[in-house]
Amino acid sequence: MTAIAIRTESLTRDFGKLRAVDNLNIEVLAGIVFGFLGPNGAGKTTTIRLLLGLLEATSGRAEVLGFDTRTQADEIRRRAGALLEHPGLYERLSAEDNLEFYGRIWHLQTSERQVRIKELLTHLGLWERRKEIVGTWSRGMKQKLAVARALLHHPSLIFADEPTAGLDPIAAVALREDLATLAAREGVTVFLTTHNLAEAEKLCQQVGVIREGKLVAVGSLDQLRTTSGLPQVEIVGRGFTEKVLTLLRAQPEVAAADVRNGRLLIDLQRDTDIARLVGLIVSAGVEVEEIRKGKASLEEVFLALMEEEK
Amino acid sequence: MIADVWTVIWKEWKMIRPQRGGVRGGMIGLLIVIGIPGIFLPLQMGRLWVESPIAIVLVYVSLIMVTNVTADSFAGERERHTLETLLASRLSDRAILFGKVGADAGYGWGLTLSGMFVGLVTVNFAYGRGELLLYPPVVGLGIVVLSLLAAGLASGAGILISLRASTVLQAQQKMTIALFLLLFIPSFGAGALPAEWKARLAEMLSTDLTKIVLIAAAILIVLDIGLLCAAMARFKRTRLILD
Repeated sequence: MTAIAIRTESLTRDFGKLRAVDNLNIEVLAGIVFGFLGPNGAGKTTTIRLLLGLLEATSGRAEVLGFDTRTQADEIRRRAGALLEHPGLYERLSAEDNLEFYGRIWHLQTSERQVRIKELLTHLGLWERRKEIVGTWSRGMKQKLAVARALLHHPSLIFADEPTAGLDPIAAVALREDLATLAAREGVTVFLTTHNLAEAEKLCQQVGVIREGKLVAVGSLDQLRTTSGLPQVEIVGRGFTEKVLTLLRAQPEVAAADVRNGRLLIDLQRDTDIARLVGLIVSAGVEVEEIRKGKASLEEVFLALMEEEK
Repeated sequence: MIADVWTVIWKEWKMIRPQRGGVRGGMIGLLIVIGIPGIFLPLQMGRLWVESPIAIVLVYVSLIMVTNVTADSFAGERERHTLETLLASRLSDRAILFGKVGADAGYGWGLTLSGMFVGLVTVNFAYGRGELLLYPPVVGLGIVVLSLLAAGLASGAGILISLRASTVLQAQQKMTIALFLLLFIPSFGAGALPAEWKARLAEMLSTDLTKIVLIAAAILIVLDIGLLCAAMARFKRTRLILD
């Protein structure tokens, strides 16, 4: 049986009259990258704070790494790494001192601390600049250092709130690879919030979509695509008459059929074999030049979910 | 717990050192802070610096120095967005709180003791004439104990104010007002006393200094404990994150 790293049951948090997290039920498997997606103000950061025990739930409960967030938050924080909205670095200290401080917090022995700091700073290309005061650094460099701090104590779970924000494309790719490697090789669970849907698509094995505090979808990317009913076929050619469209719409596997920019777009009910449909439209007089069958991108799924909720 | 408190103190002292104008600016600041009570005042007072209870004023150095740094503790962390990451670490609430109080109080106390020692060297160098001049035991011990307790008082009050303030500036303004009240109320209060009371007070200072030091220490201990308890009650992660 696969272990569950995070489990919430009807987790709810109110701020006065505002319900920031509304009856949230999720299960995140251990050792995966879980993407928590949602627009600004959806409740992502509040959820992270609840899971880290930095906020108390108004109702419901949550378990992280087997510990209750209400009564055993210390145990959770002992085992988790956090890369929050802000890098959270001491700008008057050097990069090395920032890591030294957190290394001491996590009770790493002196030699272990030194080795780990060197390993992480070298990996992130910051070793030569370790003596510099962090306040003089660029946003991207600070973010890299914050990543090093979050990984310093070999956490078994990492909360990463928009981790690639402010990073240049090369550093962002490197960080994504690091997070994916951590999950795949070391079994670290990554709870990732991001606005970058392409990033989530590349990294996440499981995704949750939240809007106005409510979870609107959760599952693997394929499951989300299926539940969103968005497998699509795009046909380039001629003869897309109203008669052909009516014929297509009458088929059980077709959710919608339309002509846009001279191309025939067919939304399928499910991921189905389209040979029969192609045969049908050819026999109805359509001349086919090209057929593209594709799954909807996460962005399309996300936007569809947001639309549905409206 | 003790190791965690030391870790916070280590960080706080590292942060205090280059606070203004980098390391060089920090060193100049330190020289001024130790130079005034350690060199300027003893040179002005002469042998009286060690032969009278006047050196007790060094206790104010603690108050002033702690006031300078303590406003920054939580309000500064909040302003610079480091508080949430610190709260998300494995440190306990008490380790963070005691570390902050300990760092600020230790800083003020350390500077007072340095000023006290430098003052003694100055007086001996300038006015000793081969004779070893020392603070009277009650004055020496009084400075050591009262400055520690005063540093604790300023630190506890500063932490409480800093916990409630949304910016460092706001915390500093409140701390400055509190310090002024603490400095001027006794001065003006003593000045406003009837002549008979003043005479009795002067007599007590010369004859019952030990008693006065003990009473002051007892009052400060009560205040320190009260402030620390209030700060412990106020310091809750789940509350701080909302401020």
